[in-house]
Amino acid sequence: MSGITEPRGWTKGALTTTSWLVYFFFYAPILVLIIFSFSDSRNASVWGGFTTVWYSDFAADSELTGALWNSVRIAVVATLISVVLGTMSALALERFRFRGQRVFDALLYLPVIIPDVTMAVMLLLFFAQAAKWFGFPKGFGTIALSHIAFCISFVSIVVRARLGGMDDKLEEAAMDLYASRWQAFRHVTLPLIMPGILGGGLLAMTLSLDDVVITQFVTGGGWSTLPVYVFSLIRKGVTPLINAVSVVMLVASMALVALSLLTQRLRGDDAVRQS
Amino acid sequence: MTTLRVRWTAVIAVFAVILAGCGDSGTESAAGECEVGQTDGALALYNWAEYIDPEQLDAFAAEYGIEATMTEYDSNEAMLPVVSAGNSGYDVVVPSDYMVGIMIDGEFVQPLNFDLIPNAANISDDFANPSYDPEQAYSVPYQWGYTGLAVDTEVVGTDFPRSWDLVFGEAVPADAAGKITLLNDPRETLGAALKALGYSLNTTDQGELDEAQALIEAAKGNLLRFDTDSSDELLTSGESAIAHGYSGDMFTQFLEMDDPSRYVFFVPEEGGTRWIDNMVIPFDAPHPCTAHTFINWMLDGEQGAALSNWNYYGTPNSAAIDMLDDELNAFLTDPSVLPGGLDNVEEIADTGDFEIKYSDAFENAKG
Repeated sequence: MSGITEPRGWTKGALTTTSWLVYFFFYAPILVLIIFSFSDSRNASVWGGFTTVWYSDFAADSELTGALWNSVRIAVVATLISVVLGTMSALALERFRFRGQRVFDALLYLPVIIPDVTMAVMLLLFFAQAAKWFGFPKGFGTIALSHIAFCISFVSIVVRARLGGMDDKLEEAAMDLYASRWQAFRHVTLPLIMPGILGGGLLAMTLSLDDVVITQFVTGGGWSTLPVYVFSLIRKGVTPLINAVSVVMLVASMALVALSLLTQRLRGDDAVRQS
Repeated sequence: MTTLRVRWTAVIAVFAVILAGCGDSGTESAAGECEVGQTDGALALYNWAEYIDPEQLDAFAAEYGIEATMTEYDSNEAMLPVVSAGNSGYDVVVPSDYMVGIMIDGEFVQPLNFDLIPNAANISDDFANPSYDPEQAYSVPYQWGYTGLAVDTEVVGTDFPRSWDLVFGEAVPADAAGKITLLNDPRETLGAALKALGYSLNTTDQGELDEAQALIEAAKGNLLRFDTDSSDELLTSGESAIAHGYSGDMFTQFLEMDDPSRYVFFVPEEGGTRWIDNMVIPFDAPHPCTAHTFINWMLDGEQGAALSNWNYYGTPNSAAIDMLDDELNAFLTDPSVLPGGLDNVEEIADTGDFEIKYSDAFENAKG
């Protein structure tokens, strides 16, 4: 019996070429974006010499920095709440059997499956009624709630995958050794699923920071997020200023990924041993 | 891509409109109780991005001792569902011409109380009683611009016909062949072709539309490409020599060059498009007095000039003209920009069910 053999000859060549092409199509546009964010020309497709003026323009533009600050505040709140709720629902669905579980399970996937625009219209009409009956104003609250609504599903899915791969016996063993339910959760289960929680949280934060479609339907009261504001700027043409903003958003996203990988490495499976 | 997005948003807009129909949409102006200059709460403005200096908005807030916030949208189609769903919380919205018509039909805007807007007297006659709001009951103009042709005189020279023939006919200058861009927009570009043929750009005659489609197809050989987002930049970077584009974009781009006089913008004598963005008050605006006060304040000559001097679009405010920056004033009053006069200039109107024919004809023309 032979295991999986490494492809040879032209197969290998074709696969290698494909891989490189994938990387190229992924990263070449990003490279172009970054290069032209340093171009000293209003025209985003003409190189006009090196400058960092677009970055200082970004920093000096109170509308853009205000929108960035809005995005960060919303993302932090949406992430924290959806991580807690998403983890709780993952635990409930994975550990217990209860009436209506299948329905709840299916409903949880809904925000992942339905198109953004559909979700956006549902939320728009929902908040229109909320404003009518309860005077709930559009703004931070409506955006944060909308983001939480779709982030919970993603967090829950990621955490459930982690829970599914976890050995139930570990928690049972802890309880055999007189750990209370809470202690078993706190010192055994939680550290084991932490990479899943962090991964889900990171995903939630990225989705919240990137969302345009849903946010532009539920925003109000001057609460424009950075992607929504940038999108409305593009109408007037792409300038290197938008490149600069995009690069900042890109770097921030990559920093988040790096941070999460680092935390997961530090707090991975050996966390159980330490505690 | 843009068309797909617009279609999606259009579908959504229709849904929202149907659902919002269940709500109560009064057609009476809610501002019966207000007095001139009175405010009844914070101003929530729903506007295009970079369409007003944030400091000007702050100045309004300071003058009346209230808060003022602005939220941005990127297209009329993105704005409509939000306002039509009701309880949007916005006091003043800035839709374009055809969208004002749609909003009036749907009763998503309330009639203005012109007793509260004495500065409406400043609106220039050229903008009074527009086709989309013939009695000027619901809207007042905010800013405007033309769609026309921009020419690089170093390539084309200064002796050229101010006509759509420059891009569609036999008169395409040899040096400009292959260096022409047309807008990647069904209504604008078919509108240009319809004007070149002497028809209305709001035609609902399939035969006329077919002719326009054929004209664009025939012109494709001379095109660099169809481009909306960077037509101004392509011209000043030398990639194109004749560009179909928007006056405000072109003009701003020219002024950034070392020698702005090298470029010329004009509306061909056969006619072209004029767009007008307007201030309206949503049917359920929470602060109708503040909304009227803001509209009146914006129609003041000084504020109108401040607005145009910041965003460099045309002002419909006759009291503001004298206070405009010199370059802007020169451009707005230059007769050679509009050789055919205003008679042949039209606003794009909503053609309802015929709209899809424009999209189809344009896709067919592009091939």
